[in-house]
Amino acid sequence: MTTRWIEITVGIFVALGLAGLFMLALQVSNLGEYRGGEGYEVHAHFNNIGGLKVRAPVTISGVRVGRVTDIRYDPQRYQARVTMNISAAHDYLPTDTQASIYTAGLLGEQYIALEPGGEEEVLADGDTILFTQSAVVLEELIGRMLVNMTSD
Amino acid sequence: MGAFQRLGQWSLGVLERLGRGHLFLFRTLLALGPLAMRPRLLIRELYSVGVLSLLIIVVSGLFVGMVLGYQGYITLVDFGAAEILGAVVALSLVRELGPVVTALLFAGRAGSALTAEIGLMKATEQLSSMEMMAVDPYKRVIAPRFLAAVISLPLLAAIFSAVGVMGGYFIGVGLLGVDSGSYWSQMQASVDLFEDVMNGVIKSMVFGLVAAWIAVYEGYDCAPTSEGVSRATTRTVVHTALAVLALDFILTGLMFGDL
Repeated sequence: MTTRWIEITVGIFVALGLAGLFMLALQVSNLGEYRGGEGYEVHAHFNNIGGLKVRAPVTISGVRVGRVTDIRYDPQRYQARVTMNISAAHDYLPTDTQASIYTAGLLGEQYIALEPGGEEEVLADGDTILFTQSAVVLEELIGRMLVNMTSD
Repeated sequence: MGAFQRLGQWSLGVLERLGRGHLFLFRTLLALGPLAMRPRLLIRELYSVGVLSLLIIVVSGLFVGMVLGYQGYITLVDFGAAEILGAVVALSLVRELGPVVTALLFAGRAGSALTAEIGLMKATEQLSSMEMMAVDPYKRVIAPRFLAAVISLPLLAAIFSAVGVMGGYFIGVGLLGVDSGSYWSQMQASVDLFEDVMNGVIKSMVFGLVAAWIAVYEGYDCAPTSEGVSRATTRTVVHTALAVLALDFILTGLMFGDL
């Protein structure tokens, strides 16, 4: 076993280990999302956010354009205040854009879907989305259905 | 009275060993500095500790990933959520199985070899003759082996997790028909670089330190007989496994407990 051979195999070993780390960072984790650069933040108030969590995706027509960065309760409005970060490339959203909380699949995670409106002005950093639609709570739906059935 | 005496003797013995272990670690860390002047020593040890462990790590990583792919699919398909398989495989590998299984395999493959090697050096009085020649065995023997083990374990754990993700991919996508795109996208959506990958790397660094410390110390501290060496080797594997599993519990509580 020559020194040269030992050094070569150690070099390969270290390179393999670093390649494994890089693969975990680039291919397995969400590093790609950090690269998107800074975006701008908009707020939205919801009566009920259901199971929405920080880091949930924000989409337009199903395309991911940002993520939820903060969720807190607004004691002045008695509503939940959701802050989302939208990547700077999508700076063309009209001020009357509607934000709705939907569920991906039957058991999937909840996300915010944006539907652009028709205003000329666009949303800027720190703006608030006025039109929102809360998460659908299954129990409420069933309750309403039961009420409808009894009133017939 | 006799029982109390034996209990006291035992506890004092444990304390003494712990104290000697920490003094040993301290002297080893001091000996790491001069090692920078002689990187050849380190490379030799990296070869026997790291490169020679590569095969067992890659093969076990592949099989653990494939088993995760199977078991995950069997459970998830009942809920119609087989698409999330990638996230299941990657999260379990990156957070837990990668660092822990690598550390356990490492204790069996490399830790025991380190203990036996140093123990035999002590039993055949090679360490004492080094001291006679004014060669510090800490600098010449202990420090390179310790550092090689500390460096190798995080690298091996990263390789283990990466290969395991591939194994899950072979089974999930290749054999069971999960969509390839959703395997990767679900994985990327749920694995966080800092919360999951970095915490896994930190875990494997801690395990590397503990495994290296135990292996080298048991070798240096063993009774200089053939029986003493064999006992020290067994102790290395057992103590490393226990220490890694206990530390994993604590680290997991610290890292993921507040979620």
